[in-house]
Amino acid sequence: MSEEQKQNNTGPAEVEAKAEAAQAGGQSGGGAAQEAPAEGAPKAAEEPAEAPQQPAAPQPGVEPKHTAASQPAGEAQQSAPQPAEEPSQPAAAPAAKEKRPLTDEEKEARRQAALAARAAKLAAQGGEAAGAAAGTRPAAGARAAAGARAAAGGAAAGGEGAQEPPKPSPNQPKLDRAVQLLKELVAEDAVEEASLNPFNDDMPTLVIRGEHWPKAAETLRDHPEFGFRYLRNVAGVDYETHMEVVYHLLNMDSGDTYCVKVRTNRDHPSVPSVVSVWVTADWQEREIYDLLGIAFPGHPDLRRIMLPDDWVGHPLRKDYVPLDPEV
Amino acid sequence: MIRTEELLLNVGPQHPSTHGVLRVVVKLDGEIITHVEPVIGYLHRGTEKLAESLNYTQIIPYTDRMDYLSAMTNNYVLCYAVEKMMGIEVPERAEFLRLIVMELQRIASHLVWWGTYLLDIGALSPFLFAFNDRERILQLFNELCGARLTYNYMRVGGVKWDAPEGWIDKVKAFVKDMKGRLDEYHNLVSGNEIFLARVKGIGAYDAETAIRYGLSGANLRCTGVKWDLRKNEPYCIYDRFDFDIPVGQNGDCYDRYYVRTEEIRQSLRILEQALEQFPPEGETMGKVPRAIRPPAGEVYVRIESPRGEIGCYIVSKGKAEPYRLKFRRPSFVNLQILPKLLVGESMTNLVTILGGIDIVLGEVDC
Amino acid sequence: MQWLWDQPPSWISAVWFTLGALCVLGIVIFFVTYAIYFERKVIGWMQFRKGPNRVGPFGLLQTVADVAKLLLKEDTIPAKADRVLFIMAPALAFIPSFAALAIIPYGMNLQFADVNVGFLYYVALSGVTTIAIVTAGWASNNKYALLGGMRSAAQMISYEVPLVISVVGVAMMTGSLNLREIVLAQEGYFWNWNFLPQIVGFVVFLVSALAELNRTPFDLPEAESELVAGYHTEYSGFRFAFFMLAEYVYLYAIACLTTILFLGGWNPPLPQLAFIPGIVWFVLKFLAVVFFVFWVRATFPRLRVDQLMGLAWKALLPLAMLNIFITAAGIHWFGWGG
Repeated sequence: MSEEQKQNNTGPAEVEAKAEAAQAGGQSGGGAAQEAPAEGAPKAAEEPAEAPQQPAAPQPGVEPKHTAASQPAGEAQQSAPQPAEEPSQPAAAPAAKEKRPLTDEEKEARRQAALAARAAKLAAQGGEAAGAAAGTRPAAGARAAAGARAAAGGAAAGGEGAQEPPKPSPNQPKLDRAVQLLKELVAEDAVEEASLNPFNDDMPTLVIRGEHWPKAAETLRDHPEFGFRYLRNVAGVDYETHMEVVYHLLNMDSGDTYCVKVRTNRDHPSVPSVVSVWVTADWQEREIYDLLGIAFPGHPDLRRIMLPDDWVGHPLRKDYVPLDPEV
Repeated sequence: MIRTEELLLNVGPQHPSTHGVLRVVVKLDGEIITHVEPVIGYLHRGTEKLAESLNYTQIIPYTDRMDYLSAMTNNYVLCYAVEKMMGIEVPERAEFLRLIVMELQRIASHLVWWGTYLLDIGALSPFLFAFNDRERILQLFNELCGARLTYNYMRVGGVKWDAPEGWIDKVKAFVKDMKGRLDEYHNLVSGNEIFLARVKGIGAYDAETAIRYGLSGANLRCTGVKWDLRKNEPYCIYDRFDFDIPVGQNGDCYDRYYVRTEEIRQSLRILEQALEQFPPEGETMGKVPRAIRPPAGEVYVRIESPRGEIGCYIVSKGKAEPYRLKFRRPSFVNLQILPKLLVGESMTNLVTILGGIDIVLGEVDC
Repeated sequence: MQWLWDQPPSWISAVWFTLGALCVLGIVIFFVTYAIYFERKVIGWMQFRKGPNRVGPFGLLQTVADVAKLLLKEDTIPAKADRVLFIMAPALAFIPSFAALAIIPYGMNLQFADVNVGFLYYVALSGVTTIAIVTAGWASNNKYALLGGMRSAAQMISYEVPLVISVVGVAMMTGSLNLREIVLAQEGYFWNWNFLPQIVGFVVFLVSALAELNRTPFDLPEAESELVAGYHTEYSGFRFAFFMLAEYVYLYAIACLTTILFLGGWNPPLPQLAFIPGIVWFVLKFLAVVFFVFWVRATFPRLRVDQLMGLAWKALLPLAMLNIFITAAGIHWFGWGG
């Protein structure tokens, strides 16, 4: 860590060279977890002011590419989903102190800033669905709650600080259209959340309400603007507060892949089965039932598939305790 | 009074033709199959649960053991997922090495399939020929990374070992020989009347069925659907090379045979080009932080393994271990079509149809 | 051997007969041992590998070791099996195979029984082995074995028909079913041998013979990769060895018959080579046929059971009947045969 810090703090010439080298690698959300998006923001913010200067606050143990301050800032920015706002908050601190690692408070602050930035962007661009979702959904995850809180603060900051508007993703109109269609064809409140997944080439990600899911699935398969005839993957995830079933759908003609999530509570998890829509969901749902315990009403033959039929419990759950620890 | 009964036949889990520990419970009416139920889970080792307490580099050896006949592609899908989340750039030489080993692995996997399929059908010799060629590939892998089956070769950001001196030339020599051998194998088998009578028209399905069942790989392409992730959703450096995607027409066992043997030829083609363009020097590992912590978020990546679309879905909370790691295994999804293909079919075709799907139980059960 | 037949039956001649039979048994067992060895070697070479080469010099004692292993194995009889039939079936399979060797002439004067209906005697005995196989499948109390036994029986019975009918042409040309006469009728150059005028019959005979022997590509009863494991599933140890022995003795018999019926028996290909004793020619032709059988095993995949039956009834039988007509026409108009 310290070596990289020292490297980070080399002279401007080497900074430029490293910036060059790192430019090739500079992309969005990479690097050390929460700091990256936050760094991208402050870096970009400082850029116009301090172009050839040394990189600001050295990031503890982060790869050199994120020290790039000059040219790649543009790329870092355009690829970072968070618009370059919040110059106020971290800009002062890094400019002053160069050589010490960030404290936890600062890391947390940056993280909050990044989340706020993201929520702000969603609020600005994602239509009322995201905002309503952020506001009305039960606090199922700290993320959403923080996002909601930060959104209020971020919106203000966003207004003042957004120097360069983020480049809109080409998938954004697709996402909007998808939400709109589902609203029209399925139900007003069918879509709980809609976003683009920045890590996955901006894959449109929809969260659909469980009770509307079968109809939405049929719409997604049959409607000519959707045409998702190929179900790629069905995965179950146990977030400790709720459970989710994640579907990845493919339209072979256009090559689009969308991600659809259906949330359910943890006490009696149940997601309507889509075997009648995509036959391939059959065994995948059985596997999720087996390992996570999510019931799929409507499934023709919901039995355990991997584990022996007399197994007790659902191993992939986070609170799973084996009945027989020796097995 | 004469009464006929249905015969319940249990195939496996130990059986020479079920390609692993697969149990197929079959109800027969005379020689016609009336009901099929595959029973799996004999090789379930809880990889996904284990992964939740291991960091990403530690999970790589587990991926080897899922589809053990095609371990390089399994390694790759995990590394690719993490690299995508973290935005890590993999250096040129590493990408070339990855592509070369993945294509060699594809050839090895298809050779195993070819040999065992023909062995199931009754021809004894192609099995030995296929394994002879596969042995050469395994020796190349042995030189490269020290293992013959479970390589643990790729890492997040690159590969672990660089190609030793002269390795590239050995691969070139192998590719050259293999082309000639492939023609010999075609001469031996592909025109053989008995073989054609055993596989043509057996186990046919159409493209619509294949898509509804989520089939991938040769099982999908044999129906005429030209969908190969190396071309349709390019990853690694596949978009730099020139190759075709063989497709079948009728969706029967013969077409699956044809697609897979042609894929070997196309892999050889890719290999030729890759070996020619192989960078003479370069890094084998990109810039990766000491502790690999992808940012909080999720990603689903998919690549074309010899059996179909293998996908890796990671939910990360920003820690060194994944919060949830799910592998979308092609054999697991492909095996679902077995009951549909077998009901109504004569029992003598069970082995032929099951072999044609090309499953590996390590992957079915994960 | 003629003097032995001419003697009036007495205890001395009985002893001579027994010794003679033991001698043939010895030769046959020697053949079986080394046929198994050579099959494994030849198939190994065809598959890019060496066959057995560890036990004894060049692996020559491999079969001996295998038979010793089989003899030392535990003699298991399934619990609910029909004991008498279970024990009787292997013997019932082997005895006719050995008895069928009586009519084979190895040379002008080397024959046990000069029966005028030599070939028919062979066909009759090979039918008894079919009964033995069904018995084995039934007595095992195992549905796999039963299905396998029924399939083998169906196969063997079906293929006997084209087998016999393909020989009718030879009999027509020779005018007799006596095996010695058939060979004598093929004297001359190698184009006088029956395989040329009777080429259709020859091919039908070879294919039917492979099926009779339960060898690839018709080895469904023995195939491990098929679901139904065959009539000898429950047999292990020496009982299984008997079935294998019966199969190889039949291979011996069929190879001898092919040589006699179609390849000229002990006749040399050119009369100028007659100084080489006939038995040498016989053995060479015999070995060529055996090699061909091994070669086919290494090369071809297996036929499915319905395709197998279809081949017998829909392809080979009509061809064999066609052969009869062609032979008849040949004899009448072209003066074939004697």
